[in-house]
Amino acid sequence: MISGPRTAPENTVDPEEVARFSAMADEWWDHNGPFRPLHKFNPVRLSFIRDQICAHFQRNAATARPFEGLRLLDIGCGGGLLSEPVCRLGAQVTGADASAENIGCAKAHAARQNLDIDYRNVTTDALITEPARFEVILNMEVVEHVANPDAFIMQCASLLAPGGLMILATLNRTAKAYALAVFGAEYILRWLPRGTHDWNRFLRPQELTAMVEKAGLSLGDLTGVSYNPLLDRWRLSDDLAVNYMLSAITAR
Amino acid sequence: MDADLIIAGGGLAGLSLAHAVAGAGLRVAVIDPVPLATATGAEFDGRVSALGRASYRMFDALGLADDMAAEAQPILDILVSDGAPSQGKYHGPSPLTLHFGHKDAGAGPLGYIVENRVIRVAQSRALARQGDIAFIAPDHVAAAVADADGVSVRLESGRTLRASLCVAADGRNSALRQKAGIRTVRWAYGQTGIVTTVHHARPHEGIAHEYFLPAGPFAILPMTGNRSSLVWTEPTARAHAIMQLDQGAFDAELAERFGSHWGAVRSDGPRWSYPLAFHLARDYIAARLALIGDAAHGIHPIAGQGLNLGLRDAAALAEIIVDAHRLGLDIGAPATLAGYAQWRRFDNMSLAVTTDLLNRLFSNDLPPLRFARNLGMALVDKIAPVRNLFLRHAAGEVGDLPRLLRGHIL
Repeated sequence: MISGPRTAPENTVDPEEVARFSAMADEWWDHNGPFRPLHKFNPVRLSFIRDQICAHFQRNAATARPFEGLRLLDIGCGGGLLSEPVCRLGAQVTGADASAENIGCAKAHAARQNLDIDYRNVTTDALITEPARFEVILNMEVVEHVANPDAFIMQCASLLAPGGLMILATLNRTAKAYALAVFGAEYILRWLPRGTHDWNRFLRPQELTAMVEKAGLSLGDLTGVSYNPLLDRWRLSDDLAVNYMLSAITAR
Repeated sequence: MDADLIIAGGGLAGLSLAHAVAGAGLRVAVIDPVPLATATGAEFDGRVSALGRASYRMFDALGLADDMAAEAQPILDILVSDGAPSQGKYHGPSPLTLHFGHKDAGAGPLGYIVENRVIRVAQSRALARQGDIAFIAPDHVAAAVADADGVSVRLESGRTLRASLCVAADGRNSALRQKAGIRTVRWAYGQTGIVTTVHHARPHEGIAHEYFLPAGPFAILPMTGNRSSLVWTEPTARAHAIMQLDQGAFDAELAERFGSHWGAVRSDGPRWSYPLAFHLARDYIAARLALIGDAAHGIHPIAGQGLNLGLRDAAALAEIIVDAHRLGLDIGAPATLAGYAQWRRFDNMSLAVTTDLLNRLFSNDLPPLRFARNLGMALVDKIAPVRNLFLRHAAGEVGDLPRLLRGHIL
């Protein structure tokens, strides 16, 4: 059977995507640099992540290290924008990224912050061959960049420990998402380099939840994320049309 | 890191911030040029503050209100009147008087008059209780050098402390603000506020009286017992002359303005004088630096809102910092600080401009302006919703209130 590289299940990494982010790796931590939108977006997704983890594992978010004792895998960790905060909250963090440059950048930054994070230049293809499993997997803004999301979600699910929690965030394949996330963010506002996103790879919530359920997980919460241009602030909303996040849990 | 944040200035706003964030588990160091024993002494600060209802709620949430309660005078009513003299003599309030009663504005008093000294004592007790705030005094911040990962704060004593964020709560002439190159918009009012305590024969019944004289506002703020605190604004030269008067002459000048509604009056205790000036920082934040209180703004005391604004800064910054900390975010990162600047800038600016305009409108004796303000006051007095809006402003309950000002701990 003949299949193109984009659909080959044994290879979920797209070299073009990896190269594009690598070029930007050094600028990950510049709040006014190319990743400014991610820094702006970070609080809202972190609060979703924190609240989901605290609810699922019955932790108190007002304590100093609510994630103590949880092994957490941050897939597509980039420069560590999520890995560092969840590490500060007490999780034992593994950050995985397909780009060696991102991992280099993330390692250097974590060392300066005195954070002990296991950053690895690996993909889920490799991780599933290892014995380590995780109570929490963060899968944030990654699935729209992988070649074969079905296989990718399947691999991620198999990395969860029993009773584990996976949190996903991505972009919806709607006209509004094209207008805002692709045309608006890349061409008008220049928030992101052109070509960051390929609208055709965006997933509708029902497509993603179907993949999650096919991988043996059950859907937890589903929420939209909306941007208020007047306040320059993101917040959770009922509108799933552009950015959305969801949580999924394994059977115990 | 030696601390999560270092606060330069252990004044009313600085220590409020320290208590709020330390209560949420952050490590705080406060640097102040004055030892606590001096700052809580009777000679250090003669002013009283009108704590709006919201500000008092914040002290309550922080566990400080119990230590102030016995010496906090509830404000039950506010009377505002235009007191233009006729034939060069003062004749008490004009018939056109604005009356704000606390019953118009919902439950409880509009706020409390508390001596600054009482607030400082309550804060120092809380410091001793809380125990986990490093209070370093006497010492100065010599330099604060920010980098990508934190800020190094060098003290005059030679120590260097490392933190994620430095807060400038070091007053109107903030050295940190100047070192950070943040410029201010400023002007002097040419007015000086004379502050002293007055005894009167009859009880004040919790009434605060703002009496607009052509030379400037004359505020009578009820204190516990048959006492009121006076904020008496005069052009600076005249204020200096009044400050020099002996008690008898001073009391005679006082009685002429004070009126006789509370019986015989006499001044008691020391007099203080404070030159009135306006300043507003052009930026509230710089690299790993945030300005709060007088370091960020100084406004005309006409509406008694200066400290309330500073406490709002402290409450807003505390909330932003604690929320970021609980998400594992860097509390000194530009994105965190931007949220603070955005939150506070509009509120502070609008009150600064309003108090400035009020002072300009009232501190004169021009007939057209007198007519206009009397008409305006009569209208405000007649229209209940407008009056309530003024009241809620005075109580500090308008706008996007930080959680602490709504009485919730972080």
